[in-house]
Amino acid sequence: MESFFTRFKNVLVLVAILLAQTIGLAIQVRRPVESGAPDGSNVTLLRYWAVSIVAPFERVFHGIGSNVRGVWTNYIDLRNTRQQNRDLQDQLARLRLEQASLAEDAIQGHRLQALLSFQQHYVASTVAAQVVGTSGSELSRVIYIDKGSKDGLKPDQAVITPDGIVGKLRDVFPYTAQVLLINDQTSGAGVVLATTRIRAILRGSTTGRIEINNLTPDDRIKPGEQVLTSGGDQIYPRGLPVGVIQSISPDIEHQPYTIIRLKPAANLDQLEEVLVITGTQTALPAVTQKDLAIADQTAKAQAAAKAAAKAAEEEAAEEAAARSAAQIVADHLPSLHDPNHPDAATPNAPGSPDAAANPGGTVPRPLPALHPDRYSPGSTPSATDLTPGAPAPAAPALPSTPATSTLPSTPKPATTTPATTPKPAPPKVPRPQSPVTTKTDPEP
Amino acid sequence: MATISYTSRRELEQHSFPPVVTILVPLGAIILQAILPKHFLRLAILDLPLIVTIFFSVSRRNPVAGTLTGASIGLLQDALTNQPIGVNGMAKSVIGYIAASIGIQIDVENLTTRVLINFCFFLLNSFLLFLINRRLLGVTSFHILWLHELIRAAVNTLVALPIFFLLDNTKRTE
Repeated sequence: MESFFTRFKNVLVLVAILLAQTIGLAIQVRRPVESGAPDGSNVTLLRYWAVSIVAPFERVFHGIGSNVRGVWTNYIDLRNTRQQNRDLQDQLARLRLEQASLAEDAIQGHRLQALLSFQQHYVASTVAAQVVGTSGSELSRVIYIDKGSKDGLKPDQAVITPDGIVGKLRDVFPYTAQVLLINDQTSGAGVVLATTRIRAILRGSTTGRIEINNLTPDDRIKPGEQVLTSGGDQIYPRGLPVGVIQSISPDIEHQPYTIIRLKPAANLDQLEEVLVITGTQTALPAVTQKDLAIADQTAKAQAAAKAAAKAAEEEAAEEAAARSAAQIVADHLPSLHDPNHPDAATPNAPGSPDAAANPGGTVPRPLPALHPDRYSPGSTPSATDLTPGAPAPAAPALPSTPATSTLPSTPKPATTTPATTPKPAPPKVPRPQSPVTTKTDPEP
Repeated sequence: MATISYTSRRELEQHSFPPVVTILVPLGAIILQAILPKHFLRLAILDLPLIVTIFFSVSRRNPVAGTLTGASIGLLQDALTNQPIGVNGMAKSVIGYIAASIGIQIDVENLTTRVLINFCFFLLNSFLLFLINRRLLGVTSFHILWLHELIRAAVNTLVALPIFFLLDNTKRTE
């Protein structure tokens, strides 16, 4: 007998160790399988010992890394800070406007919820924590944070980032806590599709992806649709971003269901800081209420400014319409002015003496005739010089056509009136361009 | 005149390690394994605790020591995950035992041998984890991607070689 144990010592030790671990596994999985459920007290104790050994080293390494990064961030990498600040201010202004546009709907929604006694859970308090380590295994998607039960953390509290949900607390130790990420194969969360409002269950996978696999094919579900928490799991508050649908494919192993793969809203691969939701409340938090009130005021101010702008615009439009009517009428009337004449711009100019003397405008005088005859203005004597019954005086001597006059062969072309002005052009009289030498001969 | 004779290779090249190395190297491997993926996600493909298990097992050439080393490292690794404690413990116990048994039979100082045993043990580790999860724990959703496991084995083998050479300096020949 002794020789048997001596001979097979190695194998017996292996079998004994494997057997002990198998029994240990059986004890651990004996409890009802519940995804992400915390361990029994004995197992938790074992984990606590292991974490107590590893966590201090993780904290030291994390501290060193943070200091190095801090030096870089605080002293070296400040080149783009001003631009970032400007961008952030722009973003803040834009978000304030967006918030203002949604404030009225939000207030109305809260009023209706209050009327219907609808129990909504809002994030009331959070604890910020830093990620100090991981499980170190591809098969186990958990991280460790530097806050624990001493900071008020409890198992099953939701862990989020401003981008979206991250996971939930699994095991909580005094100074550290284990966070089960949503992409772990044992994870689950109640979700709702933002557009179609279809409720579903989100699960992690062995490959580290998050997917929905309890829905049958539906044409309404499209890639790109946002997925939010539904609040039905009693862990994640309702309405937090989960991710965006990336692809939809049939589940070959579980027909007729589909596998809807999601791109997580939070960057689960590079988590540095997270927020643990330590408390929720049915009413809106005071800070949020204040923000909402400010947003409401902004919305009202915006509406007032918009109304004033609209009124001013209408008034201007009316004025423009009236003016344009007068303009149209004026354009259709014959004009006494020659816009092309050099003097056209000056008559009746505001402030000129003519304008004051003749408010109705100056009557234009005819231009001197090139070849005057008895009909030409000025060739007929004034009525005061005439005697009734007396014979008509001889016609005044008219200048004959100059024999040697150097008249231009072609008259100066009249300036064309722009096509846009339908005013009839006044009669043009060609004028000599150069001094004319005339020889006056008595009329035969 | 009495002559010293060696009855086996095990007696010829059995090594031991200082207690500090025995404790700190596996612990350091587990801590590094927990920290590195936080900063460099791709490094999650590494399995430094398994590399250390293989090294100590083949160097000591004692199956009991190899089994205990594998079990200790695996259980500590399990305690940091959300898996039941014992999954990695069982897999690494078996690997520690086999590695120590092989170390008795063949020359594990040879570079080619080291490449081969590391590559094979990483594939064996993946297979054992698959068996434990699928058959023992009944996790039906547990799948194994063999291409990924081949890449994983190759990468870890490459990483194991310099670590082996580094740890060779800590050996104490008995």
